[in-house]
Amino acid sequence: MYDFAPFFLPEIEPIAMSLNHRDIENIAYLARLALTVEEIPVYVEGLSRILAMVAELERADTSQVEPMAHPLPGQRTRLRADVVTETDRHQLFQRNAPQVEAALYLVPRVIE
Amino acid sequence: MTELHTMTVAELAAALRSRQVSSVELARSFLARIERHQADLNAFISITAEAALEQAGKADERLRGGDAGALTGVPIAHKDIFCTAGEKTTCGSRMLANFVSPYDATVVERLRAAGVVMLGKTNMDEFAMGSSNETSYFGPVRNPWDPLRVPGGSSGGSAAAVAARLAPAATATDTGGSIRQPAALCGVTGIKPTYGRVSRYGMVAFASSLDQGGLITQSAQDAALLLAAMAGFDERDSTSVELPVPDYAAGLEQPLKGLKIGLLKEFFDRGLDDEIERHIRAALDVLRAQGAVLKEVSLPNLPLSVPTYYVVAPAECSSNLARFDGVRYGYRCEKPRDLLDLYQRSRGEGFGAEVKRRIMTGTYVLSAGYYDAFYLKAQRVRQLISNDFEHAFHEVDVVIGPTTPTAAFELGAKTSDPVTMYLNDIYTIGANLAGLPAMSVPCGFVQGLPVGMQIIGAHFGEERLLNVAHRYQCETDWHRRAPPGFVA
Repeated sequence: MYDFAPFFLPEIEPIAMSLNHRDIENIAYLARLALTVEEIPVYVEGLSRILAMVAELERADTSQVEPMAHPLPGQRTRLRADVVTETDRHQLFQRNAPQVEAALYLVPRVIE
Repeated sequence: MTELHTMTVAELAAALRSRQVSSVELARSFLARIERHQADLNAFISITAEAALEQAGKADERLRGGDAGALTGVPIAHKDIFCTAGEKTTCGSRMLANFVSPYDATVVERLRAAGVVMLGKTNMDEFAMGSSNETSYFGPVRNPWDPLRVPGGSSGGSAAAVAARLAPAATATDTGGSIRQPAALCGVTGIKPTYGRVSRYGMVAFASSLDQGGLITQSAQDAALLLAAMAGFDERDSTSVELPVPDYAAGLEQPLKGLKIGLLKEFFDRGLDDEIERHIRAALDVLRAQGAVLKEVSLPNLPLSVPTYYVVAPAECSSNLARFDGVRYGYRCEKPRDLLDLYQRSRGEGFGAEVKRRIMTGTYVLSAGYYDAFYLKAQRVRQLISNDFEHAFHEVDVVIGPTTPTAAFELGAKTSDPVTMYLNDIYTIGANLAGLPAMSVPCGFVQGLPVGMQIIGAHFGEERLLNVAHRYQCETDWHRRAPPGFVA
């Protein structure tokens, strides 16, 4: 198996976590990713392997612990004052846009 | 004078201040080396010669005028994940292949204000997702110690550039090991600071609760000098921490007498290359000879860090990368039929295979019905891992172990199975999950390839880490060795 799998090879067999063709198409749709027909089986295999590895989390007893909310203990995300601090620089920012007209981003027609 | 390219940042800064060399001369000399080795190493995505010479000219004026700081005129490279105003910032992706940054990242702005000169932007795994630099849209970087091997990743270009002496130092980022792992595999020094220590503003986001900017340098002393200039509170990053930045250089020489070093039982248990273990134990002897004491510590949940990471990081990645829509900036597909087609094909064509794999993994673990089983479960295990570290730091000052399980592997050796690739970060991920600072310093060679010792500290313990690394480097010369093809 893996080069140094002994490091965390599960003592119990992980729950079989396998995805099929349809699952991948559905996930790709949710993620707004167009996949080619050649790509789909590659992701069926890759994601199944990843999920089998991830299933090892089942081994940990987490009944007494809350999900971590911040990487630093006791820290909370700081809020800033609700005041305007940025100047209007749309011309500069829109230089990176694929298609702009009259300071508007162009997209295919949405409403018929 | 010693050859310029072999000198450290500290030595170059001294030479600049004593006017033995000008900043323009330095920039020209490093730019010439970068050009000469670009074809064989591919360490850079952009070489910013014009900007470098202009900034170096200004630095020389400051040096002449007597208002120069400690780093004025020193050239470095930036990882191509940091926004640099007026220059391309590609993040190693086709998605951003033509993106010209409208502003500077805080890290870039602060180093520029300190008079540091930018030589170019280094190659990297696409969106920092990879451990071998093979996922870059601009092609893999080669390891200067053996061109058939990977430099590690994702900061592979920064590590290869410093190892090959194409730049005296480079910025880098670390989400799961992306500074420490390539530093180890290229035989250079790397530091990932505490989460929140260095501003993430203008650093393209991958996994926002794990990402942290840092450095790849030749020595701990250089890391201390540069980190002092780039760290500190930034109101533009909501997770930046309001704590003063210590004078890291002033703390380098502290004696190690009484330093309590934790030996991580889980790191030495199983799966570690025997030769690497021998080098780490020899390095520990060097520290013990200076008065440090060793104590075994156990982090029982640490073996779960890879599965935890591969839920949390892809989840955050799928959310962060949702911003790439083919509308406001970045790649856009040809002739979209409708809006959905525009999104799907722009993203499908603009992202590479590994990035898509992570976006899909993240989308899956966050989707209805799986969120509790995967994402919340992983965040609970992450808390357990963090608690383990906290307990360990009640007993010891730093934790030491290997940075990687093996030395650099061959290009292509691990590209077929994502999980095999992910296991490269088995020793480094824990520090990211717990938000801890960590370093890798060169500690020997296995069959001609460098390996690294990892030092992990308590939150905001950078000063102690740099001190331990510096004292080790005062007694050893592994960090001064350059790859054979890049000495002259």
